[in-house]
Amino acid sequence: MARITLDNLRHSYQAAPKRDEDYALQQVDIEWQDGGAYALLGPSGCGKTTLLNIISGLLNPTQGRILFDDVDVTRHAADQRNIAQVFQFPVIYDTMTVRQNLEFPLRNRNVEPSIINQRVAEIADMLDLTDTLDTRASGLTADGKQKISLGRGLVRSDVNVIMFDEPLTVIDPHLKWVLRSKLKELHQRIGTTMIYVTHDQTEALTFADQVVVMYEGRVVQTGTPVELFERPQHTFVGHFIGSPGMNLLPCSIDAGQVLFEGIPIRTCNSPPRDAVKGETQIGVRPEFVYFSQTGLPVEVSRVDDVGRYRIVEVAHGAHRMKMLVSGEQAIPQMSPKVDFNPEFTTLYADGWAVR
Amino acid sequence: MSSKTTNQKAWFFVLPVVLLVAFNAIIPLMTVVNYSVQETFGDNVFFWEGVTWFEQVLNSSRFHDSLKRQFLFTGIILAIEVPLGIAIALAMPRRGPWVSVCLVLMALPLLIPWNVVGAMWNIFALPDIGLLGRTINAMGIDYNFTQQPVGAWFTTVLMDVWHWTSLVVLLCYAGLCSIPDDYYQAARIDGAGAWAVFRYIQLPKMKRVLTIAILLRFMDSFMIYTEPFVLTGGGPGNSTTFLSIDLVKIALGQFDLGPAAAMSLIYFLIILLVSWVFYTLMMRNEDQ
Repeated sequence: MARITLDNLRHSYQAAPKRDEDYALQQVDIEWQDGGAYALLGPSGCGKTTLLNIISGLLNPTQGRILFDDVDVTRHAADQRNIAQVFQFPVIYDTMTVRQNLEFPLRNRNVEPSIINQRVAEIADMLDLTDTLDTRASGLTADGKQKISLGRGLVRSDVNVIMFDEPLTVIDPHLKWVLRSKLKELHQRIGTTMIYVTHDQTEALTFADQVVVMYEGRVVQTGTPVELFERPQHTFVGHFIGSPGMNLLPCSIDAGQVLFEGIPIRTCNSPPRDAVKGETQIGVRPEFVYFSQTGLPVEVSRVDDVGRYRIVEVAHGAHRMKMLVSGEQAIPQMSPKVDFNPEFTTLYADGWAVR
Repeated sequence: MSSKTTNQKAWFFVLPVVLLVAFNAIIPLMTVVNYSVQETFGDNVFFWEGVTWFEQVLNSSRFHDSLKRQFLFTGIILAIEVPLGIAIALAMPRRGPWVSVCLVLMALPLLIPWNVVGAMWNIFALPDIGLLGRTINAMGIDYNFTQQPVGAWFTTVLMDVWHWTSLVVLLCYAGLCSIPDDYYQAARIDGAGAWAVFRYIQLPKMKRVLTIAILLRFMDSFMIYTEPFVLTGGGPGNSTTFLSIDLVKIALGQFDLGPAAAMSLIYFLIILLVSWVFYTLMMRNEDQ
């Protein structure tokens, strides 16, 4: 087990990267505490798998260092780093039994047979694989195979970190939940650092204590699920996390006031005295928009009933936004107006929250 | 469900296939069966002989000798081409510009007509004018495939290896390319060495294509005719007279249609039997 530090990492798949766009990983600095449960969340192609492969030693970064505790492992090969990885598609050794699969990493490291037996029995018990130990691994269902992949990581007692690369992709929906709870349970039981890569916000937010959101090769925000929800530091976080995502409205700044279509809007972060540069936007989640007596005049253009609440789409001129309205609350018929909760209304400049 | 449908019109849909199979397989095969149980002296006069020809072929030492040569030849070329093909496939680049170069080079021998291959190797191996023949002799080894049985075997085997290893290579290469990178990465994390990767990942993943490759090479080499016919004509003596060469000698050289037909059927059944046994063995664990 170890603390993991990613120091000034950049990576490009090209031999001689010149511009920023040549980098799949723009610039990453992260410190992960020993024993934590972390998630790397981002859309396809944001660099999260690249980052994972760099940590596991399958890729050499173009620039930067990886530290396990205080040891620089940047140039160490995958098998010297003592990490375990569970891939998107289950990797099992077809010709072996489940037992042989679990024994494999230990045999390759010349561990004593008695210790192998003990570890395999222990891990099989944890993963509910005891009954299938002596059947051929290729006959198992996808979730069984994924458990074997995980088991091959768990049998080693010296594992620094277990990494999951979208491990539930091929699992049936009703088993995803079961396996996810299993992972959470295992984390609490063995306390190994776990890093979970996914593009699914539900998986990330339920699994992890800390979520790292990546976008276009950068870490845009690291935080607890609540922080990501209430204080998105980048419009991408606001839009990617939450369903529906954050409303973004163009705005201008005049004499220290944030104006949307000429109407002043109060935000939690006040614009600095010097003029804010770049394209400015107001971000507010549908949860924090409500009907009021005063405020922004709007027209209701659409109402979707999704059960516990309704998603109401309103328009102010050409600008549309969504809001959540609970079941009991009536939607005003005559000249409705909306207001934003200023505590959760954020001003962004070029995508980043203004500080 | 007591009433049974008695609409027989569906047979019309399978009729084209039945006709096709009848004309290209069943009728020719039945003609052979017809010959194998009768004696003819021409003029379409036939006498019933029963299983006489079968007994004669099965008891003839000439047939035994050709059969032994055939098994030996097939055994040798399988023992060389399969491991060699796997080795070459493993050594071939998986990506980059060299992939197409290698694929074209590998495919070339397969595109050459069989009798051309025989003629090429005949000239190539001639001790007086051929590059291969002269080189071997220049190294101080007495080599003349037209006179020495060992030389003839050496040349025939070499020719077959040159001609057909590519097939094994291409099939294995396709099998290797279908292995996702994740497997190699997982093996590295599990600390597996090169041999373990081959034994537990590459070989099992190649199993299906390898089965096809071995079956094809078995059947083709067991029926080999054109290349040794052009290269050695079955000689010197009978040393490279394989089953099909012997069969043609009996059927068209001596015009013994009855024994030739009986031999064809036995030949056919051997191939069928060996292929079946082999396939069953290879696929035994597939569905567990």
